[in-house]
Amino acid sequence: MKLTLQRRQIIWAYIFLSVSLVFFVVIRWYPAILALGISFRDWNVFKGEGPWVGLANFQAIWEDLFKPRSSVRAAFLNTFKYVLLGVPLQLTLALGVALMLNQIRRLSGFFRAAYFVPFVTSFVAVAFVWNWLYAPQIGLINQILSALDLPTQPFLRSPKQALPSIAVVAVWRSLGFAVIIFLAGLQQIPEMYYEAAKIAGANRWQMFRHVTLPLLNPVIVYLAVLQTIQFLRMFDLVQNMSTDNAGGPLKSTTTVVLEVYKEGFSSYNMGYAAALTIILFLVIMVITLLQMRVLSRRIEY
Amino acid sequence: MTTTDIETITPSRRLELAEQVVSAPQRSRQPLSWLMALVYLLLSIGAAVMVVPFIWMLLTSLKPASELVQFSFLPKNPTLENYVSVLSTNSFGRWYVNSLIIATISTVSVAFFDSLVGYTLSKFEFPGKNLIFIGILATLMVPTEMLIIPWYTMSVHWGWTQGPAQYWGIVFPGVITAVGIFLMRQFFEGVPNELLDAARIDGLNEFGIFWNIALPLVKPAVAALMIFNFIGNWNAYLWPLIVSSERAYYTLPVGLSFFRGESITEWEKIMTGASLATVPLLLVFIIFQRQIIKGIALTGIKG
Repeated sequence: MKLTLQRRQIIWAYIFLSVSLVFFVVIRWYPAILALGISFRDWNVFKGEGPWVGLANFQAIWEDLFKPRSSVRAAFLNTFKYVLLGVPLQLTLALGVALMLNQIRRLSGFFRAAYFVPFVTSFVAVAFVWNWLYAPQIGLINQILSALDLPTQPFLRSPKQALPSIAVVAVWRSLGFAVIIFLAGLQQIPEMYYEAAKIAGANRWQMFRHVTLPLLNPVIVYLAVLQTIQFLRMFDLVQNMSTDNAGGPLKSTTTVVLEVYKEGFSSYNMGYAAALTIILFLVIMVITLLQMRVLSRRIEY
Repeated sequence: MTTTDIETITPSRRLELAEQVVSAPQRSRQPLSWLMALVYLLLSIGAAVMVVPFIWMLLTSLKPASELVQFSFLPKNPTLENYVSVLSTNSFGRWYVNSLIIATISTVSVAFFDSLVGYTLSKFEFPGKNLIFIGILATLMVPTEMLIIPWYTMSVHWGWTQGPAQYWGIVFPGVITAVGIFLMRQFFEGVPNELLDAARIDGLNEFGIFWNIALPLVKPAVAALMIFNFIGNWNAYLWPLIVSSERAYYTLPVGLSFFRGESITEWEKIMTGASLATVPLLLVFIIFQRQIIKGIALTGIKG
């Protein structure tokens, strides 16, 4: 039997896809469904499959959210604070740097590289470098403060300052990435818009406000979503920078993912941990869908 | 959701933009003004904030412990003693090799499979194509954190948390990526069908067409994908931390994290460890910064 070209194509397509299809079913889809299943069970890795408990894990999380001293309450509140603090700071700084980099000719390669450097290093190494910069008395920042006759700060050891101190490092680590994406976005704006604005007598601020900002809007939304998801998933820095137990001092820096790690892999309370990840997934899904809504309403210029 | 959202920028436009990001801006010459001086000043302050932490890390690693208390920026008696001590009491060499093995395996695998799937989704018509496309797209919304508990129970079940199987345990979740598939699919859209048909008439088989004709045409995208993936896997932390149970199979970030636990107040030792973990990567970055930034721009640009 001679195969038609079309049939041969179909067979080739499935041969090409075979390994990847198995991967997506076994390593992506099945575990996602399994995670949902585990969240409805009292699951412990060592005892194996636990009894079905329905929504008990979610109910436990709900109740913990209203207990003033619970770690999960602190984790959700802190994660929220990381996002509210980190995302606007990240976007504002990155946009500022990108606008300035876009203006200069000399040394632009050097500056671009300098802002991007931290992005290639691991969060763990970055965490330790900043632990040392933040160290009480002998840390570089406190040395500078005392040289300027300013009071030294406890930073990571203070329940008030620890979270912002860690958020700043997260911004610092990924600033370069946002700068690069903004630079690419700025390149997309046709020069003629600026020329037209110039002829109309617009000053720098007016050009920024009425040309750059609106045309950059899709990039801003895209980066805001990307960074929001990054901050919702805070873990590496917190685990390696917090003092007095992971997430301390006094649970002031703990995050949802850190609680997932502690519940799932220290207390082996996997049902509860899985329920936490389902909530994280739902939050991320809502944000992603909102982004699609906002971006599909894009205005054509 | 529609697939048109992903295709608003053509691959060639994307390449052009990535190239523009790393090339000098083409604006007209500006006279030196107070405003430009201010721009340079602000950029310099910012650049110092980005770079000084790494310099401080290196300088600290060259100081004897006694010099940490009295402040001086440069080491008075620079020494390599910290490096000798850290390298002799720890398995940094081994962790390097582990990270290198893992990042290399996943990068090669991602380059091959993501290209192949992207190519198939772009150039073939077959039943179930849309379902498969949406099935892969949907996985983008599931955060890894949700999958680590099932992955861990699977790894325990199949014995991937013990012995050399830990390499596979660390690497398996990342051997194929949805992001890469979409990037490659978009780039293969730009490859003309006539070229592939001509090769078909010449009698080349379908894999030969993919490998010899189509793939060489999207080299910049493959290179960008590999750079992006290598950095991500080299720095991966949460999953390797969970799945590797033996010190000999730690990756660099995991090893570094446990190393801190052991020398909690010896900052000169911790900075030596951090230097060992970052300096090779920083050197690679300094040499290839243009290509790396271009690659990140190419993969990161919103389509």
